[in-house]
Amino acid sequence: MNAISLRNLDISYGDTLVVEGLSLDIAEGECFGLVGESGSGKSTVLRAITGLAPDWEGEISLFGQARGKRIDRTFAALCQMVFQDPYGSLHPRQTVDATLSEPLTIHGIGGADKRVPEMMEACGLDPKFRFRLPHQLSGGQRQRVAIARALMLKPKILLLDEPTSALDVSVQAEILNLLKRLRREQGLTYILVTHDLPVVSFLCDRLAVMRQGRIVEVATVDALKSNTMTDPYSRELVEKSTTRLSA
Amino acid sequence: MSEPLLDVQNLRVRFPTATGPVEVVRGVSFSLGRERLGIVGESGSGKSMTGRSILRLIRAPGVVTADRLRFESKDLLSISEREMRKVRGARISMVMQDPKFSLNPVMTVGEQIGEALAVHEKLPRKQIRQRVLDMLEAVQIRDPERVFRLYPHEVSGGMGQRVMIAMMLIPAPSILIADEPTSALDVSVQGEVLKIIDELITQNGMGLIFISHDLHLVSAFCDRILVMYRGEVVEECRASELDKATHPYTRGLLASVPRLDETREELPVLDRSQWETA
Ligand SMILES: Nc1ncnc2c1ncn2[C@@H]1O[C@H](COP(=O)(O)OP(=O)(O)O)[C@@H](O)[C@H]1O
Ligand SMILES: Nc1ncnc2c1ncn2[C@@H]1O[C@H](COP(=O)(O)OP(=O)(O)O)[C@@H](O)[C@H]1O
Ligand SMILES: [Mg+2]
Ligand SMILES: [Mg+2]
Repeated sequence: MNAISLRNLDISYGDTLVVEGLSLDIAEGECFGLVGESGSGKSTVLRAITGLAPDWEGEISLFGQARGKRIDRTFAALCQMVFQDPYGSLHPRQTVDATLSEPLTIHGIGGADKRVPEMMEACGLDPKFRFRLPHQLSGGQRQRVAIARALMLKPKILLLDEPTSALDVSVQAEILNLLKRLRREQGLTYILVTHDLPVVSFLCDRLAVMRQGRIVEVATVDALKSNTMTDPYSRELVEKSTTRLSA
Repeated sequence: MSEPLLDVQNLRVRFPTATGPVEVVRGVSFSLGRERLGIVGESGSGKSMTGRSILRLIRAPGVVTADRLRFESKDLLSISEREMRKVRGARISMVMQDPKFSLNPVMTVGEQIGEALAVHEKLPRKQIRQRVLDMLEAVQIRDPERVFRLYPHEVSGGMGQRVMIAMMLIPAPSILIADEPTSALDVSVQGEVLKIIDELITQNGMGLIFISHDLHLVSAFCDRILVMYRGEVVEECRASELDKATHPYTRGLLASVPRLDETREELPVLDRSQWETA
């Protein structure tokens, strides 16, 4: 069964259609990369899947269940999102402990006392950080907290929106290793939005290239690595990535 | 080579702390010509402190010392604060990470850029206005007349950073210090902002100090690179020869970056014990 299935998806903000006729099937346990220039609609796709961009037509199903347009608790438990900027996405006056307990409280699940330290350990956070505030943590530690929070409800899908773009490269490597290990250990399915093609090479199995709200090509990561993608725009992105200025 | 624009020898920045003084910049030396010099290193390595000390922007109780800190023919450590103000902005400008904290919220974009010019040059109002509009166009703002009248909160992050660049470059300084100028921006507009900096630097024959934690960005964008670690320059190389770097810290950073044809199951993380002694 597909973990994520999108059919003829059109997504709008007000009168502006920003994603058009998008269809994708992502298998359970797969890591799928979504790349493309700025404004091409990558984040919008993730937002529609989680219910943050409610203005869509078409079909979104997770594990065979079609979702409605509203924020939906069962879907929240199944599918969580992690953002680029861990500082902006964490509450500045909430300790790590409070941040990680909150999803359990909202969903009426007990056992936070046990689950919080377990999840901290799984995400490589030293127990001494448990009662610290975001500003008392480094950027990498904050992103670990954001990932830990996303995993508290034991989701099966993680939507990752530029999760390492704000981090030092040495810290990026730690977080990428962490994401890879968590996926293996917990059988997670990922969609990874990134502007960084090498990150896709490291973490993903397949990728889609988006441009102006549409998918121009779906390819395997092997095609990316061997530079055998076929669409001219995909090839241009690969070219830019190897010369490295501008995303 | 011609006389460098900036000559820095044995720069040190110290702060008193509860457990005694700590040195956060420890004997940094370099010179800058009409070139793009990158300073790269992980967060906390002392890059910003190095950039800020050139403009004497380190506040007490921080203490800056150097054997030499010379810009053109001036000794930046000994000139008066009044003289320093003439250097700051007019001769050496600095763009910082987040435009939100550097722009005055109650002045329009146009007024602020105009003021940056008026402080250093006596010009009639109309001429200032025209120079500001030209500058907004130079940073590729499509509708300069409209943007001139906007307040900082009315512009996006990417546009705010272009406004900052316009403000910093309008007095035609000879050095621009850009401290993580694109790190607060959506990755997608980073490229555009860098291109603008690059074009203006090249056109005006300026020197650039480009501070960033992003090794690849720096190597693609600069001519020469200093790698900082814990307050020291551990490596200096031509940007094009970064892959031949020899210091274990630099090598470790390079190894930790995924490659397009990546085959490693796990990325190596820095093993600091390798080069940190004592
Ligand atoms: N909240 C919003 N309201 C209106 N337009 C938006 C909103 N968020 C994004 N957009 C627009 O939708 C398009 C796609 O944006 P986004 O999905 O963020 O692109 P990407 O993540 O690929 O950079 C862009 O043109 C953007 O300006
Ligand atoms: N007021 C201060 N007192 C003590 N240490 C400070 C102070 N300000 C900055 N530092 C320390 O100086 C070091 C270098 O900081 P900075 O130059 O900002 O690093 P970078 O720009 O490379 O991230 C950091 O370890 C930081 O914690
Ligand atoms: Mg996005
Ligand atoms: Mg800094």
